[in-house]
Amino acid sequence: MTTKSTLTAIGSKPLPDDTHSCWSCGDMRAAHFCASCGKVQPPSPVDYFTFFGMPPKLNLDVAALEKDFYDLSRRLHPDLNARAGSQEQEWSLEQSSLLNDAYRTLRDPIKRTEYLLHLEGVALEEQSKAATERARATGEVKKQIVPPDLLEEVFELNMQLEELRMNKKMGEDDPNLTKEIAGHKIALEAKHDALLQELQTYWTDWDSLIERNHGSKAPAEERAKITAKMVDVLNRRNYIRNLVRDVNAALEE
Amino acid sequence: MQRWRSELKVRSQNEEVNANHFCILTSDFCILTMSSDHIVGIDLGTTNSLVAFMQGETPVVIPGDDGSNLVPSVVALGESSQPIIGNSARRYLIETPERAVYSIKRLMGRGIEDIQEELKLFPFRLAEDLQPGEVLRIKLGNHTSTPPEISALILRQLKRNAERYFGAPVTKAVITVPAYFNDAQRQATKDAGRIAGLEVLRLVNEPTAASLAYGLDKKQNGIVAVYDLGGGTFDISILKLHDGIFEVIATNGDTHLGGDDIDNLLITIALDDIRGDLGVDLRRNAEAVQAIRKAVIEAKIALSSQPSVKLDIELPQGKRYRREITREQFEQLIQPIIDRTVGPCKQAFKDANLKPEQIDEVVLVGGSTRIPKVRALVKEMFCREPHTDLNPDEVVALGAAVQANILGGGSLATENMLLLDVTPLSLGIEVAGGVTDKIILRNSTIPASATQFYTTQIDGQANVAIHVLQGERELAKDCRSLARFDLKGIPPMAAGIPRVEVKFLIDANGILNVSAREQRSGKQAEIQVQPSYGLTDEQVEGMILDSFDNAEEDFRKRQLIEARNETETILAALEKGKKSPAWGQLTTDEKKQIAKMEKALAAVNKEDDYQAIRKAIDALNQGTTRLAELMMDTAVSSALKGKTMDETDLGEGTTAPHPMAKAEFK
Repeated sequence: MTTKSTLTAIGSKPLPDDTHSCWSCGDMRAAHFCASCGKVQPPSPVDYFTFFGMPPKLNLDVAALEKDFYDLSRRLHPDLNARAGSQEQEWSLEQSSLLNDAYRTLRDPIKRTEYLLHLEGVALEEQSKAATERARATGEVKKQIVPPDLLEEVFELNMQLEELRMNKKMGEDDPNLTKEIAGHKIALEAKHDALLQELQTYWTDWDSLIERNHGSKAPAEERAKITAKMVDVLNRRNYIRNLVRDVNAALEE
Repeated sequence: MQRWRSELKVRSQNEEVNANHFCILTSDFCILTMSSDHIVGIDLGTTNSLVAFMQGETPVVIPGDDGSNLVPSVVALGESSQPIIGNSARRYLIETPERAVYSIKRLMGRGIEDIQEELKLFPFRLAEDLQPGEVLRIKLGNHTSTPPEISALILRQLKRNAERYFGAPVTKAVITVPAYFNDAQRQATKDAGRIAGLEVLRLVNEPTAASLAYGLDKKQNGIVAVYDLGGGTFDISILKLHDGIFEVIATNGDTHLGGDDIDNLLITIALDDIRGDLGVDLRRNAEAVQAIRKAVIEAKIALSSQPSVKLDIELPQGKRYRREITREQFEQLIQPIIDRTVGPCKQAFKDANLKPEQIDEVVLVGGSTRIPKVRALVKEMFCREPHTDLNPDEVVALGAAVQANILGGGSLATENMLLLDVTPLSLGIEVAGGVTDKIILRNSTIPASATQFYTTQIDGQANVAIHVLQGERELAKDCRSLARFDLKGIPPMAAGIPRVEVKFLIDANGILNVSAREQRSGKQAEIQVQPSYGLTDEQVEGMILDSFDNAEEDFRKRQLIEARNETETILAALEKGKKSPAWGQLTTDEKKQIAKMEKALAAVNKEDDYQAIRKAIDALNQGTTRLAELMMDTAVSSALKGKTMDETDLGEGTTAPHPMAKAEFK
């Protein structure tokens, strides 16, 4: 993975070594579009970090990313290539969908982390509601582990939520119960925030590993050590997020 | 990449017609008109439709031959089965309701099973032999037509209005759709364009189009919410404006909520009243229902500016229905309807991760936002006074014209403007157990894509079926079925070995494209599409309104008529000019030249040669440029001498309204 910028025409970023020649004017200054004649270039299959000309680091300047996103949109978007030939329009469509997908993924801290883990070939447990439904429908056991430090609290909370649902069905209202559940919710949200803090320390670990290796691939075992920690945090975080969502749903019902 | 459909190659008619020709309109002065590519912007509305284009740096609505900017979206079949569109079709609604149809937009891209509610409230007459899963067919007299065909008739009328205005063919358009339209509804709109002989360069979401019209003149950064309550649809869009980029952050809506619902409520109440008070059941009497509909719509409009209104409707057998409605009663009645806009607004805020206080401006779009109660609701919800600078009936069409200009290469006014829109609904595929696996989430900036991998379950399996869905629900049966794809021609391999990569791409129109490739063999897999609610390519081709040759013939005839009218105008203007003091300032030679050109024009005007007439008009136009300038000077100097511009004979100028003018409320 390269750490060099591939965005040749944006800001003052240096010209990378791996520019291609433009299909149209032949100038050696083309990445997503030709810096010389402005023509959209055929898309090349790159990961989202490389698309934005960035090393795969997790601490990321979102404001700068947004600026790059806007600048590239002004070059790649189909609306601005509507008068080009059909092949160029096709490339414009593909390039700009890649741009949008990359921006959507990288600007969000969780999606960005999950994407890096995907690039590293690490799978997360499935915590989505769809996964739950699917597991229920197929009878398969869902891959979901309750974080040990939450076992007791989750057990109690689930009992209370069940009681709340029963009460609502009977048309009863127990202010104390609602208060207790709301208390759990606040505690869970605090845990959620703490986990995000923890995740950021692993981001920093990862980024310095990348920097130490100057763009060449860091040893697999060192990478795996950090990604394992991230996976653990994300799994716990997803679990808590789903709990909070269930609590909100139960309180709103 | 294989599209859902191969795009029809609409013959490109880039004939530059008399670029930069001078023409005298109704004024005595030469007005420079630029005829460039003529990409028009069309608002294909539930109640009214409009066509607009960028005149220089300003979008303007092109009026119909009756001078009205709004073409009612009503289609009727005349006595000799010729289609009648717009204002002239309206009387058929009352006289021969079985030969007229309105609000057809409600049926676009829908199946018989999802219009049961519509059928109770609207006098749509479906073909008797309609099967579930089939594209709807509506009876119009003895004919049956699909919703895209009926919409195409409206589009063709707009196309003709534009062609009359330009004096040149129009083949390319941007058409607006409600932001919350799903794939099938968008595809149906695109089909309607093709049937009308238009190449649809882009489908633009209505609220976003409106924001373009507003943004053209303001060009400021901030968060803008567009609340669009039209005749039949409701949309809310939240945008971030940043140096000319219009980035939609979240959108939500209801494609079956609008002024129609208010009308239907008032009609139902009137019918109940009539049954109770007068003992007449008129529910099956289509003529009477339409007469009541007309009256309640007028009452609804009047109640936006008056505290109360008196209904007085003539009924069959000499009976009358009289009733007074106060604004207070009206507001109570419609509260449940307008409250239905609150949920989508809240969801949009949530999706945008914003609070109402963080919105910098709120813009109102759609005729129903003229209702004071609706304005009050918006003010309360968004904690600020909404903007109503632009006519809410016209702003979407004006925005479509701006987008058309951007697609055509832009101009000074649209420089740096770029719209980044989103998909309103999540795209999913059905997985084991009838569950929806969402692969592109709602509010993703489009174009957007997702790649999925499929394999086989038995040895040598050659086909894989994929069911694509749109919607937010967890179960496939609760989502909207878009299409079923069959991946075919997978090379024979042991079960689980093939790896078919399927790429789903939502394009800038919000329409899905799918392509597939078997990775192990590198073979492009074949995709067979069965759209759940749409026309096939062949069907659309068969529907294209009259052959192009015919259209050319029609166009030439109309062109000739237009040229003759223009001749009349310019000759009349010249007569007037000869009587003005400016005439005396011309040299004898100039006068001689003009007289020669005048004679030449009068001569060719009797022939059927359009080109010759055109040439003679242009020649006379150019020859009288100095006269027009002198007259302009005279007019200006007399104005300076204290005469008002009205007194000096300035003529009427162009008839198209200035889009930045104060909105006119009825």
